[in-house]
Amino acid sequence: MKYETVIGLEVHLQLKTKTKAFCGCAIDFGKTPNSGVCPVCLGFPGTLPVYNKEALSSAIKVALAFSCQIQEFTKFDRKNYFYPDLPKNYQISQFDLPLSRKGYLDILSENNVKRIGITRVHLEEDAGKLIHELNSSLVDFNRAGVPLLEIVSEPDLSSPQEAFDYLTNLKSIIEYLDVSDCDMEKGSLRCDANISLRPEGVKELGVKTELKNMNSFKGVKDALTFEVSRQNELLESGETLFQETRLWEADKGVTLSMRNKEGAKDYRYFPDPDLTVFIIEQPMVLRIKAELPELPHEKMHRFMRDYALTQYDAKILVSSKKDAQFAEECIRSYPQKDKKGIVNWLIGPLLSEANSRKLNLHELDINKTELINLIGFVEDGSISHLSAKLALTQMIDSQKPAAVIIKENNMLQISDSGELEQIISSVIQDNEKTVISFKAGKTNALMFLVGQVMKKSSGKANPKVVGELIKRRLTDA
Amino acid sequence: MELNQLTAHELLAKLKKGQFVLEDILNSLYSRIQTVEPKVKAFVRIKAGERPVLNPSADALLGGLPITIKDNICTAGLNTECCSRILEHFCPPYDATVISKLKNAGGSIFPFKANMDEFAFGSSTENSYFGPTHNPWNLTCVPGGSSGGSAAAVASDEAIWALGSDTGGSIRQPASFCGVVGLKPTYGRVSRFGLIAFASSLDQIGPITKDVEDAAILTGIISGYDTNDSTSVNKDVPDYTRSLGKDIKGIKIGIPKEYFIEGMDSEVKGVIQEAISKLKSLGSILNPVSLPHTQYAVPVYYIIATAEASSNLARFDGVQYGYRAHSDNLIEMYKKTRAEGFGEEAKRRIILGTFVLSHGYYDAYYLRALKVRTLIKNDFDAVFKDFDCIVTPTSPTPAFKIGERSADPLKMYLSDIYTISVNLAGIPAISIPCGFTKKGLPVGLQIMAKPFNEEMLFRLAHAFEQETEWHKLKPKI
Repeated sequence: MKYETVIGLEVHLQLKTKTKAFCGCAIDFGKTPNSGVCPVCLGFPGTLPVYNKEALSSAIKVALAFSCQIQEFTKFDRKNYFYPDLPKNYQISQFDLPLSRKGYLDILSENNVKRIGITRVHLEEDAGKLIHELNSSLVDFNRAGVPLLEIVSEPDLSSPQEAFDYLTNLKSIIEYLDVSDCDMEKGSLRCDANISLRPEGVKELGVKTELKNMNSFKGVKDALTFEVSRQNELLESGETLFQETRLWEADKGVTLSMRNKEGAKDYRYFPDPDLTVFIIEQPMVLRIKAELPELPHEKMHRFMRDYALTQYDAKILVSSKKDAQFAEECIRSYPQKDKKGIVNWLIGPLLSEANSRKLNLHELDINKTELINLIGFVEDGSISHLSAKLALTQMIDSQKPAAVIIKENNMLQISDSGELEQIISSVIQDNEKTVISFKAGKTNALMFLVGQVMKKSSGKANPKVVGELIKRRLTDA
Repeated sequence: MELNQLTAHELLAKLKKGQFVLEDILNSLYSRIQTVEPKVKAFVRIKAGERPVLNPSADALLGGLPITIKDNICTAGLNTECCSRILEHFCPPYDATVISKLKNAGGSIFPFKANMDEFAFGSSTENSYFGPTHNPWNLTCVPGGSSGGSAAAVASDEAIWALGSDTGGSIRQPASFCGVVGLKPTYGRVSRFGLIAFASSLDQIGPITKDVEDAAILTGIISGYDTNDSTSVNKDVPDYTRSLGKDIKGIKIGIPKEYFIEGMDSEVKGVIQEAISKLKSLGSILNPVSLPHTQYAVPVYYIIATAEASSNLARFDGVQYGYRAHSDNLIEMYKKTRAEGFGEEAKRRIILGTFVLSHGYYDAYYLRALKVRTLIKNDFDAVFKDFDCIVTPTSPTPAFKIGERSADPLKMYLSDIYTISVNLAGIPAISIPCGFTKKGLPVGLQIMAKPFNEEMLFRLAHAFEQETEWHKLKPKI
C-alpha cells in the first residue's frame, strides 16, 4: 500500500519586546542566571500579571501577516502542570479564545504555490530553563515570562521538504516584521512537529507522532524524513502505531520514544481570573495593519514587476529583508534599463562571496558604486568576467576601488588590434594544421586558435576581438 | 477609657490636639496584648514579651496610627505566611498595594500579623497552622473566619483597626461574630496586588473596624485603581466620610425572602427583625424582594473558589520559597512538601478544585457554575433597579463553639450562606453590630449595595449606628 504523509507544525516564537509578557522586567539574555527577574515573573505569592501591550501588538502584527482573523474577544487561560521551571506551576496561555484564527501561509516549492492553513496564533509566556548538573538541577528564571507566540499550522504539509519550506517562509516573514530573532539554535524559535501517515486516498488521519527536540530547520526536515520511513516500515509490516512523543537525536539521526502509552495530559485549562477578558479594538487592528511592512511575497512580486526579475531570482533576493534592501539599492543604482546584469551578479558572484564568508548578502563590505563600476568594466569589455570575479574578492578584502584593483593586477583585456595582431601571427605560424582545417570549414578550429591566443596573452586578450581578428585574417588571405 | 479602646478617628482627633503621642497608643496596645492575647490568640508568631515597634511617618493623614494586617497580605520585610506551614518563614520583599497606600497615608503597619484560616480557607479560624483564635465575647467560641484574627484583635482592643480579606464572607462573618464593623468592597475597588490569592475572581481586601466612620476612612485610603492589578477598576474614589451623618429617609431597602429560611437561628432572626424595624423608623422604605438563585450560591462558590484556589496554590511546591520536604526525587519532593505543608482543609479544597477543572468534568461543574454565577449576579441587578440596598443577616447563627463544626465541612460551609452571593456578584456589603443573643454573642446586620456604591453602605450603616449602642459594648475577657 502507498502511504501519504501528513504534517502539522507548532512554532513557538520568542517576541523581542522591551519587557516580559506580564511584568516590567527588561528582556536581556546576556544576564547571569536569575538576574533578570522580579516577584511577578517568579510567581511570588500575591503578585499579579499585567499584560504587555507591545507583546499584544507584535502578536497582532504576526497574525495579520498570516492573514489571520483577529478575534474581537480574547482572554488568557491558565495551563496547569507542575514543572520546576514554571514558577507558578501554571503557564498563562490562550485556550479557547485565542487572539487570532484561520490564517494561511503560502509556500513556494518548485514554483508551485501551496497554501498552508494557520489554525491559530496566540500569545503565552515562556518558562524558565533547567540546568542539569551531576547530582542536582538548577533553575534559571531569566526566560520565565518572556512573551511567546504560538503559531499552529493545519496538517496541510505533505512532505518534510514542505515543512522545511514552511519554516523558511515563516522565518522570513517574521524577520520582515522584526518581532523576533527567529534563531532556532538560541531557542528564540522552537518547532514541534506532528506527523502521521495514512493510506493514499483515505481522508481520516492516521495515528500521530509528536516530534520534539529539533534545533534547526534541517533538523526538523531530517527528523520528519526519519519518521516517514520509520512509520512506513511499521505500517508496511502490518504493525499498529500508537500515539507518542518522540525526541530527535541529531547526533544519531534517529527519533526515540520519550513517553509512551501515557494518556492525554490534563492541563485543566480555565480562564485566568487575574486577567479579564478583553476586547481587541478594531481601530488598533487597522492601525497595525496599515503599519505592516511590505512582506516577502509582496516584495517578490514587486521585484518581478518593477525590475523584470524572474520569480526564481526575485525569491532568492527577498528571502531576507536586509538582503532584499541591499539588492534593491544595487538594482536602483545600476544604470542599465535591463536589470539582468546586476541581478546575475547579486545572485551569482556576490552571493557566493557571502556564502564563503558565512555572511549575509548585506553584510558584505562592498561599496555599491564600486560594484556597479566593476560590472561596467565587464560590460564594456575592459576586463573579463573571470578577472572581475577575482577583482570582486579583492575589493571586499581590501576596500580598494575597482579601477585600482584592475590596474594593480593588470587585468585590463587587450583589445588593441596592433598588439593582438603580433600574437595572432605567431599562433597562425605555429598551428598550420589547424589553420588548414579552419579553411576547410571546421568552426571548432577557430575556438582552438582563440584559445591559443588567450594562453599566449596570459588571459588578457579580449576573446571576442581575437576571434574577429583571426576570422578576418584567415578569410581575407 | 484606655487609648487602645478608642476608634481611629477618635485617636486621630486627640493626637492632633496633642493630648498624647503615638507612643502612648502603642503602650496601651502593648499592655492590652500582654493581658488578653494569651486568651484570644489573635496574632501569630509573637515571641513572649515581644514589644511591637512602629516606623511611622507621623505627619501625614493617619499620624502613624498602627493598622493590624491579616497574614495573607504581603508586608515587605515582615513575614506573611497565610498561617500555613507551606509558607513557613516567607518574608515578601514587596508591600501589597494596600500596604503602600496605608504607609503613604501615614499609617504604620502593626508588626504582629493577624491569625486566619490557612489561605483563608474556613469560617472559624480553626484551620490556622498556628492554632485557633478565640472569640473575645466567649473564649470557647470561634471568632468566625477566615479573618478571625483581625476581627478578634479589633473586638478585644488589641488593635485600633485592621485589614482582612473577603472571598466568601471572610471579613463580614467574623465581624458579625465579634461585634465589629467589616466591609467587603466592590470587586475591583481595592487592588489585590500583594494579597496572597485564594480565589482571584472573588477576593477583596477590606477594613475591620470599631465603627462605621473608621471603616469609611480606611476604605477610602485603600481603594483605587492600581496598574499592578488588571482587575482593579479605574474609577474615582469618593470621600466616603461624606456619606456619614446623612439621614436615610426614603432609602429603598429590599429584604430578600430567600434569606429568612429554616436553619436560621431564632434569636438571630429576632435581632435582625428589630434592626429592620429600626431602619424603618429612621424613614427608609422596606419591601420584600426575591433573589431566586440564592440556593445555588454555596455550591457555585465551592466550585469556582476551589477551582481557582487549586491553581493559585500550585506555586507552593517547595522549589523557590517556603517549606520544602527533602527528597532525592523531584516528584517525591513535590508530594512530601505539599502533603506536609498544607493542612486538611487546604488539601480538601485543592482536590475539589482540581476535580472540577478536570477533563470531562469541566463543563458539568466549572462552566455550569460560571453560568449560574451570572444568574446570581442578574438577581442582584434586577433588585437594584428598584432598590438602593438589600438588608440581611450576616450569618444564620451567632459564633459557634470551637470544634463544633470542624468535623463537618458541609455544616461549616453553610455558615457563609448569607455572605457568599455578594462575592459571586462582585457587589459591596458591610456587616455592622445590631444586637446580641441572650448568651451575649454579637449578631451582625449585612447591608448590600450596587457595585461601587459603598457610599450607600456607609450612609445606611452610619445612620443605624447613630441610633444604637451595640458597637460601643466591649467584651469582658
